[in-house]
Amino acid sequence: MAPDGIVAFVRADCPTCQVVAPVLAGLAADGVVTIVSEDDDAGLEASWRQGIETVPTLVRLEGGEERERLEGWDRARWEAFTGVTGLGPGLPDWRPGCGSRTLDPGMPEELAVRFGGEVLRSRRVELAELEDEMEALFDRGWTDGLPVVPPTPARVLRMLTGTTRSPDEVVAVVPPDLVECTVEKVAVNAVLAGCKPEYLPVVLAAVEAACTEEFNMHGLLATTYFSGPVVIVNGPVATAIGMNSGVNALGQGNRANATIGRALQLVIRNVGGGRPGGVDRATLGNPGKYTFCFAEDEAGSPWEPLAVERGLPAGTSAVTLFAGEGVRGVVDQLSREPESLARSFAACLRTVAHPKLPLAFDAFVVVSPEHARVFRQAGWSKARLREEILGLLQLPGEEIMRGAGGIAEGVPESLRAATLPKFGPEGLWFVHAGGTAGLFSGIIGGWVNGATGSQPVTREVGT
Amino acid sequence: MTRVVLDPTGERTPARRERVERLPALAGRTVGLLDISKPRGEVFLDRIAARLEADGATVVRYRKPTFAKNAPVDLRQEIATTCDAVIEALAD
Repeated sequence: MAPDGIVAFVRADCPTCQVVAPVLAGLAADGVVTIVSEDDDAGLEASWRQGIETVPTLVRLEGGEERERLEGWDRARWEAFTGVTGLGPGLPDWRPGCGSRTLDPGMPEELAVRFGGEVLRSRRVELAELEDEMEALFDRGWTDGLPVVPPTPARVLRMLTGTTRSPDEVVAVVPPDLVECTVEKVAVNAVLAGCKPEYLPVVLAAVEAACTEEFNMHGLLATTYFSGPVVIVNGPVATAIGMNSGVNALGQGNRANATIGRALQLVIRNVGGGRPGGVDRATLGNPGKYTFCFAEDEAGSPWEPLAVERGLPAGTSAVTLFAGEGVRGVVDQLSREPESLARSFAACLRTVAHPKLPLAFDAFVVVSPEHARVFRQAGWSKARLREEILGLLQLPGEEIMRGAGGIAEGVPESLRAATLPKFGPEGLWFVHAGGTAGLFSGIIGGWVNGATGSQPVTREVGT
Repeated sequence: MTRVVLDPTGERTPARRERVERLPALAGRTVGLLDISKPRGEVFLDRIAARLEADGATVVRYRKPTFAKNAPVDLRQEIATTCDAVIEALAD
């Protein structure tokens, strides 16, 4: 580390450093300044640790802490900084500095590994000379079937800059193998998935939420059912990292949406050991098991955000995880009254899992802006809409018992006289997203619900 | 140039454990039957229980609270300490 007092960071091939070299030599001889050259390893490391961007830079250190910094050559300011007058009388008054060697092309990555890499604990895997990098990662079983970004130490270190959490902090115990997963392991998988560092806190929150008893990731993975984790993002982080909540919100094309959901699945696969054909026994699965992540359009919503409904203060960045299958469409281009549109929603929601199966499966309705407008104009709250739909989906035993309608599937005949709700009081959720054109909404059906299956889990996104 | 990537896995080394020895006979042994709470699992297990009892085994029945989650640790512990063998029903 650089010593206390005034330290001057320089590099040999910087013309400004060359010009001020005699000045610095004089100050050094008088014991006013210590010169640190980026041309030797120790100096380079000191410069990297100090975050030097320009040379020459004067830094005042006290107890190892930086108190003041001055970049380039400026006689008056150098004199004020050093308390020495009459510096470099023959020199121009002012000269801009040059870029620090630590910022030369390729250097930030190299230096991060050389001087900061000791924090990494993951096993280092050397790829053989003749191995194709992308193929090598497929061969090791680390991908979900699509190519992944090779998790080099430099990339993982850069990913870790996205969080204030320590790389060795345990985030969660990941099923099915119940492996303690560190921030670093999440970062490695976030690199594989193609995340940017600023997405990492969202991925960390999603991993935490997935690995809770309530969410039951083990059961969700092991089931023969279609479902997988669906990640819904609320709060300022969604906008800050550029997530899509608008046109094609549930589709392809947005890096944050695509890679956050993918990173979660890669953590389950790689850290937890949950793989299709292994513990993942899905009969068909669904394409959302590659990735299923989107943000709520809060600004355009007539309702409070999902995370607020689930108990977090307004303005909190959060993820909500739901065990969801694929998306089924609700087309209603004619309803202009909320009663009519609620009936359309109810009719389509009845088909979740099977029109004759009550109570077992929850659902999320992704209400698009044009449908939401109908409820906004009528002043319907989310609670009102929910109540309306739950009321419409009280299913008569006679209609849903086994054999009714010529369909064997259904509830036991002993329930003939009963009335059974399609959804429980906590079984139906609404979230606002989508493009501004289209009188369509989406239904994401759930998996086994409640304490015996999977419950939605909301977690605040940290730093 | 050597290219290095970091292992994204849990880096687990599974412990090798020997299988318990196969029971030479069922007579006089205790066999646990674990119903995982799937519909009609009991139909399968009732039949198995009758067959085992006919062979002179003592049958103890267990039930997981839900098929969607792992068996609770206490239940696994109880089975392991009470039974010489266990059969788990994966019926639907």
